[in-house]
Amino acid sequence: MSNPRPLHQFLCDAAALHPSRIAVVEPERGAISYAALDALSDRLRDRLVTLGVRPGDRVGLYLRKSIDAIAAIYGILKAGAAYVPVDPDAPPPRNAYIMHNCAVRAVVMERRLEDRFSTEFFELGELPPLLLLDGAGGGGPLARLLDEADAQRPAAAAKNAMSPPEDLAYILYTSGSTGKPKGVMLSHDNAVSFVDWCSAVFEPQPDDRFSSHAPLHFDLSILDIHVALKHGAALVLIPEERGKDALHLARLIAEERISIWYSAPSILSLMAQFGDLRSQDCSSLRLVLFAGEVFPVKHLRTLCSQLPQPRYFNLYGPTETNVCTYYEVVPPVPDERTSPYPIGKVCEHLRGKVVDEHNAPVKPGEEGELCITGSGVMQGYWSLPERTAESFLVDDDGTRWYRTGDIVVEAADGNHIYRGRRDRMVKRRGYRVELGEIEAGLYQHPLVKEVAVVAVPDAEAGVRISAFLSSKGTDKASLIELKRFCAERIPLYMIPDHFKWLDALPKTSTDKTDYQRLKELG
Amino acid sequence: METSIDFRRIVKDYILEEFLPGENPDELTDDLPLISGGILDSIATLKLVLHFEEQYGIVLEAHEADKEHLDTIRSIASLLTSKAR
Repeated sequence: MSNPRPLHQFLCDAAALHPSRIAVVEPERGAISYAALDALSDRLRDRLVTLGVRPGDRVGLYLRKSIDAIAAIYGILKAGAAYVPVDPDAPPPRNAYIMHNCAVRAVVMERRLEDRFSTEFFELGELPPLLLLDGAGGGGPLARLLDEADAQRPAAAAKNAMSPPEDLAYILYTSGSTGKPKGVMLSHDNAVSFVDWCSAVFEPQPDDRFSSHAPLHFDLSILDIHVALKHGAALVLIPEERGKDALHLARLIAEERISIWYSAPSILSLMAQFGDLRSQDCSSLRLVLFAGEVFPVKHLRTLCSQLPQPRYFNLYGPTETNVCTYYEVVPPVPDERTSPYPIGKVCEHLRGKVVDEHNAPVKPGEEGELCITGSGVMQGYWSLPERTAESFLVDDDGTRWYRTGDIVVEAADGNHIYRGRRDRMVKRRGYRVELGEIEAGLYQHPLVKEVAVVAVPDAEAGVRISAFLSSKGTDKASLIELKRFCAERIPLYMIPDHFKWLDALPKTSTDKTDYQRLKELG
Repeated sequence: METSIDFRRIVKDYILEEFLPGENPDELTDDLPLISGGILDSIATLKLVLHFEEQYGIVLEAHEADKEHLDTIRSIASLLTSKAR
């Protein structure tokens, strides 16, 4: 906490230095300057304060990625509240659960989502004030909403909150093993120390143009948004509906002159295979950053051979710490290399240690669980004190180490090599998936007696998820019915690739589900 | 003699074989929401587009390869039919 300042101060400072530079670009929908973004977020701050939002509150963000959404993030932060972004395409019951769970004081959302959200929320409690935008794109809908609200009752001018370092800046919900998503609480200090680390390592300049590929509820977005806007650079938003279109993305890098790209490896794999990168002018790219899952070496090799000029960084870290280790991959990738690259060394603003099952540090070269401490580590899980306590290892001197659940080996040169998970979480296309959350979703099906979900490595897709089910009677739901049932309850990226009905699930000698047997079948 | 290609049948067979092995064909109706219903994920959609581009020499514009155009067998078939002409 060498230099405590709230996260939103980055935007205020950049707007003072570079008022007329472009802050955010939304291809085909418009762009906004630093001065205008700062002013629009000030107006939302005033409206939120008039509505009763106070420092320490939470405000939900339920809209597509857009200039409106970025302005809303800063408006919420300036009011002193933490923003809680949700996936606008996720099932409404899940989003209502999240908003209710962290007791949001208001929700900034698109009007098209209101009906189902309100219906779902009514079952849980009293609906908070909703700021309803007619669509989201270009910043116009947010400005119009504020104009209309001002016409009815002008908002008094408020001041930017002086959020102390420990105040929450945002809560990111991730998959929970019990079937309910859990809220990872990140403070201003967590965010600012991470952003400052990025500044030191990647040296962004005002001329840089950052991609914003990750959705706002995903921790990769923290780097995109807050590092770009700290440095007076341009943030180029890539809408989620175009985010998997490899050809479109490759063209966008060329047309928008992207200089810093950041996404999950699966997206870069798609671009390497289907993006026709060689015929695009990607000479503007100077950094390619990836995180969220293991990058299959085969596809990384293809990517590096098509685009040899940028520097490549493998970033690793759970939402609870954001990036906590990093490794620079220097092209070309040798033909004989088959093992994934290391996750690298611990970031300079953090410290790491590798421990065995008795929490004792292991020797270099031995496997153990990676634990992380320092200014980037989360405050805990929202209203889950027990789950929070379990996730930390506390030294005698009070140092709190976050247990990543990832099994690693520290090599002699200080680089860490990822080996696997301690529990039942998997990464799929960069998203965290708790297999238990899928099981909890499927258990709600009236025909399902038992269900077990396993993940097995897959050379092409990284991981393949299979669900095994047994029926209460003789009726079995069809594959299509099961997939549609899942789509109503869990995010699309969690839906299993395969479903298989068994007469009964295999059991171990202690009568537990035999996941090892199922993995062989999966 | 050139007859028009029955894309509805072809798309349906391809989806059944590739993504829904063992499924009863009657369950896969022409208007079933494929993407929003969780039947096809983004990678599956991409595979489907590439397959038909290669098989029939069709080129889809980026803006056509989206949920609006690809969410049902009926809409995929009509897109392919319009392109194959």
